[in-house]
Amino acid sequence: MNLGRKNISMIKINNIKLSIQKKLNRRQRTLVITIVAAIVLTSILVGGLLISDQRIATNFEQKNLSPSIEHPFGTDWLGRDMFVRTIKGLTLSIGVGTLSAVISAGIALTLGLLSATMGKWMDRFITWLVDLFLSVPHLITLILISFVLGGGMKGVIVGVSLTHWPSLTRIIRAEVMQIRSAEYVQISRKLGRTRKWVAIHHILPHLIPQFFVGLMLLFPHAILHEAAITFLGFGLSPHKPAIGIILSESMRYLSTGMWWLAFFPGIFLIMIIRGFDILGENLRLLVDPHNAHN
Amino acid sequence: MHLEGRNIGFRYNKSDWILRNFNISLKEGEVIGLIGPSGCGKTTLGRILAGYEIPQEGKVTLDNIPLPTTGIHPVQLINQHPEKAVNPRWKMKKVLDEVKELDEDILIALGIEKEWLNRWPNELSGGELQRFCVARALSVHTKFIIADEMTTMLDAITQAQIWNSVQEIAKKRNMGILVISHEHNLLKRLCCRVIDLSI
Amino acid sequence: MLSIQKCNEKTIRMNNRAVNNDAKSSNTDRKTVDNSTTPLLNVHDLSVSFTQYTRGLNQKELKVITNLNVSINHGEILAIVGSSGSGKSLLAHAILGILPANVIISGNMDYKGVSLIPKIQAELRGKEIALIPQSVNFLDPLMKVGKQVRSSVNNGNATKIQRNIFQRYNLEDKVDHMYPFQLSGGMTRRILVSTAIANEAQLIIADEPTPGLDTGIVNETIRTFRELADKGCGIMLITHDIETALKIADRIAVFYAGTTVEIAPVEDFSGNGNNLRHPYSKALWKALPHNDFRPIMGHQPPPNRLPKGCLFAPRCDKATVECHDILPKASSLRGGMVRCIHAS
Repeated sequence: MNLGRKNISMIKINNIKLSIQKKLNRRQRTLVITIVAAIVLTSILVGGLLISDQRIATNFEQKNLSPSIEHPFGTDWLGRDMFVRTIKGLTLSIGVGTLSAVISAGIALTLGLLSATMGKWMDRFITWLVDLFLSVPHLITLILISFVLGGGMKGVIVGVSLTHWPSLTRIIRAEVMQIRSAEYVQISRKLGRTRKWVAIHHILPHLIPQFFVGLMLLFPHAILHEAAITFLGFGLSPHKPAIGIILSESMRYLSTGMWWLAFFPGIFLIMIIRGFDILGENLRLLVDPHNAHN
Repeated sequence: MHLEGRNIGFRYNKSDWILRNFNISLKEGEVIGLIGPSGCGKTTLGRILAGYEIPQEGKVTLDNIPLPTTGIHPVQLINQHPEKAVNPRWKMKKVLDEVKELDEDILIALGIEKEWLNRWPNELSGGELQRFCVARALSVHTKFIIADEMTTMLDAITQAQIWNSVQEIAKKRNMGILVISHEHNLLKRLCCRVIDLSI
Repeated sequence: MLSIQKCNEKTIRMNNRAVNNDAKSSNTDRKTVDNSTTPLLNVHDLSVSFTQYTRGLNQKELKVITNLNVSINHGEILAIVGSSGSGKSLLAHAILGILPANVIISGNMDYKGVSLIPKIQAELRGKEIALIPQSVNFLDPLMKVGKQVRSSVNNGNATKIQRNIFQRYNLEDKVDHMYPFQLSGGMTRRILVSTAIANEAQLIIADEPTPGLDTGIVNETIRTFRELADKGCGIMLITHDIETALKIADRIAVFYAGTTVEIAPVEDFSGNGNNLRHPYSKALWKALPHNDFRPIMGHQPPPNRLPKGCLFAPRCDKATVECHDILPKASSLRGGMVRCIHAS
């Protein structure tokens, strides 16, 4: 009976999906998906900031409750509401992710520009640096840097920032080099325009969309890696409601059957990361002129 | 005005010489043709005269003074592929605005319609785009034009339209033109003398 | 939901099978068709439109080819001449079935009497119907050219066939081991042609094969095409350069704004062009450097601004009221085709 209803509703959803696909063209669909993803992400962020800390205060009367209407994600062994903890944790993760992604993209922009414009030796050095960072697995460098800095918020942000720039640096370097050798840029110089003018009017406008797409696609990595090193114990301190902390703590209680401690926070983490991923990908599609008309 | 290349030698890195001991002289109001098999250095010569490449040997002078390396160049090069010569993210109006001191008359002479100025490069045909590239090269500072296969990709009517306008403007302003092409008939029609690089 | 999906899959598969059967039966038909009467390729009333985004999120349809007719026989070289944006390359892509997804096609294309549906196009593409592309960019830059040509051989000993073809085009043994960037313009041209010959194509579509090449290479390419045609291939030569077309083609189809305005035997392009049927072809002929070099005024209209009647009417000095009202039908005239009500 229950299953049957589910089936019907699934079919309904599918029908709606189909009719949406028919009515909207690809660009409109992309926009709708982008807006939905953006709304989900901002509401989590705003929710996390607005909910007061009292909601996750310890309450031994309500410990170890499985999910219910009152506590949609259940409560933990100290009676804290898991829904609030998850939202708070994600907000923190988004914050840390944003900060490190922005720093990382800034590093990438600077190094990419230097590499492409400051001559052969600078280029060789930066390319070597990129190769070096890419040859070591992200997580190991990350743990190393975070550990050296004594962990905590600072360690995580610096660690994630310093490990995520290489691939974007490569992209920016290649883009700049490509435009610099473009015929229209060479012509611009012969029409009497200065290097600076060319940089501002030809190169920068070309780079900005690339840069923002790159930044967007850095987010999910940054968030995931922040969660990962916190989970491993090299990151944020245990009293912060970080998603990595929640997951690692819940490991101890999983065997006792308290599945909701890890399940909901995990699902939400994946949702957030997919959300940013979709945002970045869609942005890339809209910016890329090659599939402008598909 | 007198554009002169003396004893020009050019090669990329340490490869074979593309040009060696090459001399060319072009006076104002003169139209000269340049013909030769592909790979003989026609395009390279055009790029050297317009200041895009610096020859390893010899020098290029304008009235016995070396060509300027900054500022607007008195020798303007027009290429075969106009779609590579304009920024794909700029509307045509901005493309024209890139050059200072451009006569409004030139747009009319080249048959550039007002309404094209609001379009993106990919909304114009090759012939229409090439008109913009020609117009852009014809600011008041231009003394010589190098037309490197300028109309090779265009149909006969558009080719005749563009060349007729360019000839007229050049005559009025007493500019010199170097026409690089592989088409004998076109060179015969346009030029007072033709340099053949295959000999 | 799952079962519904499965059901759909099944019907799709069944449809495919039906198409397969069609293809099979048409395959047998193909053999029985007499080569002498059926043209190798016949394009009838072809129209091609694109859906495009206008501003922001709205789409509209853009007609790029309008009621186009053209045919090629065995052993014939048909040149398609027109300015950029006249729809020449799109015709080639339509025949090969490689237009982008946002396209709407109507009309018929028959290859050896068989309708060119996507399934058959995919089967024939690169085998019986081959494209010789414009530029070296179509070769794999990281593969030696000998290997590239060998990989397009369908029947027989690839190495032997490739060597034979290279020998025929004076490409030495060492060329086998060269990469595309090491080739000169003429060699590139010969390699691109070799690829088409290696798979024994019957219909060869050459898209702008000669622009910017010097006379020697142009003549060499032309000779190659003639040889192929004499062996029974049909060749469609797409070019904006009427002079190249004159050197090589048997018939010339003149394109303007997405349709054929005239199809004429090559001999008609001579003298002062009085044998030509359409005012545009005459203007094209007269604008050549060795003729008057005097162009007519105006520009070819872009696809989103096509005139209502005859596409050439706004630039035509013979145009009358009727011309501005209706698109003239294609009519045969003096062994050719013309789309003009004033033609005689």
